[in-house]
Amino acid sequence: MALPARDVIGILADNLRLRGSVLPISAKNATRWTRGLGLPRGGETVVYTGQMYQLIPYIEGLVRAEQRLAETRLARLTGLGRRVNRLVNVSAFMARPSPAERAEFDRVPRTVVQLLRDAGIEPGCLYEDDLYAGTLAHDLGLDEIVASHARRVQEIFRRHGVRTVITIDPHTTSMLRSVYPRLLEGYDLEVKSYLEVLAARDGDAIPQLTRSVVLHDSCVFARYEDVVEEPRRLLERAGYGVVEPEQHGRLTWCCGGPAEALHPDVAAKVAEDRVGQLRRAGGECVTMCPICLVNLRKAANGTVQIRDISDYLSAAAVDAER
Amino acid sequence: MSALVTSALAERVRSTGSFDAEACMNCGVCTAACPLGRDVLPRRLFRYVELGLEERVRAETETVFSCLLCRLCEESCPAGVHITENVRTLRRYLVGSA
Repeated sequence: MALPARDVIGILADNLRLRGSVLPISAKNATRWTRGLGLPRGGETVVYTGQMYQLIPYIEGLVRAEQRLAETRLARLTGLGRRVNRLVNVSAFMARPSPAERAEFDRVPRTVVQLLRDAGIEPGCLYEDDLYAGTLAHDLGLDEIVASHARRVQEIFRRHGVRTVITIDPHTTSMLRSVYPRLLEGYDLEVKSYLEVLAARDGDAIPQLTRSVVLHDSCVFARYEDVVEEPRRLLERAGYGVVEPEQHGRLTWCCGGPAEALHPDVAAKVAEDRVGQLRRAGGECVTMCPICLVNLRKAANGTVQIRDISDYLSAAAVDAER
Repeated sequence: MSALVTSALAERVRSTGSFDAEACMNCGVCTAACPLGRDVLPRRLFRYVELGLEERVRAETETVFSCLLCRLCEESCPAGVHITENVRTLRRYLVGSA
């Protein structure tokens, strides 16, 4: 049994309205990935996480808690839970990932910063002002709440003197590049994914292919933001042979993740179908979205190695230095 | 089942956001392409809206919220219907002010 949609949506909406994220995490947990990187605060060009990779272990913890709750009589009390959550951040209390789970996902933005630096780009960072972009609330149709949140983010960019935003995940990219301009007056930031930024730079190709990888395109990158060629160009430049699964590029198959908050059973089935396609393509699999990464990994249950594209690009850069 | 065709529901839905399902040619490519494999998504659901069948739409609330918004349907739609934006608008209509 799924929890009542209206109450779950209400809790997510309250969290975004009151706490700036559908699943609020502390500034300490949201910014742990920056430690030791010496990133300047603000500036014309910043790397912006939208907290997406950092949030994944908490989302997973919350979904596990939701599933346990849905199996009990307490599931009938989600309306009461929403009222309590307005006063106390219950959703964050329910989601408690381990340090190892957090470190796994904090590694991605750290790696992206290193890749940008290797390409001669020194971005700034907004630290605790690097807020969730509002993707889930937008998907659920909560447009007024998203618009209000977007104005808050716009003011943060203005205050820090930001002109160019380098994003990491597809959902934050799409919100900042395609949704915010429809919601905000005078919003004229340049928004690019780090994959686009790196792919646009000239780079020396590694002459010999070291191994093959199966590429899972993100629906949002491929069909919302037209980011299709960039990951292929970067992987090939880094010496990987790219193997295409049955559905790829603009016809890629969803990982199921967007259904997870309300319908985890639906999400699991779609992810299983996709893992089947990836497995038939053979080899290890590359993702470029934190939601795809976690959903496909869960469905694969260790039968297919699935890692973020930043890991592959970083490994190739290290090999090239040797 | 007989139904009284009325545009009232479609007008109410359009008052909450963009909804261009009237361009649908009823070819079914979207449903065939959908990873969820549910007959009602999205073509029949949109038809219920256009026909004014509010109860049927409300009965499919869970289905509306299970849509992945992955746009695989939209990629294949020969009529260029903005299917995912229509689904988002329906969500707004169904949930009201959260």
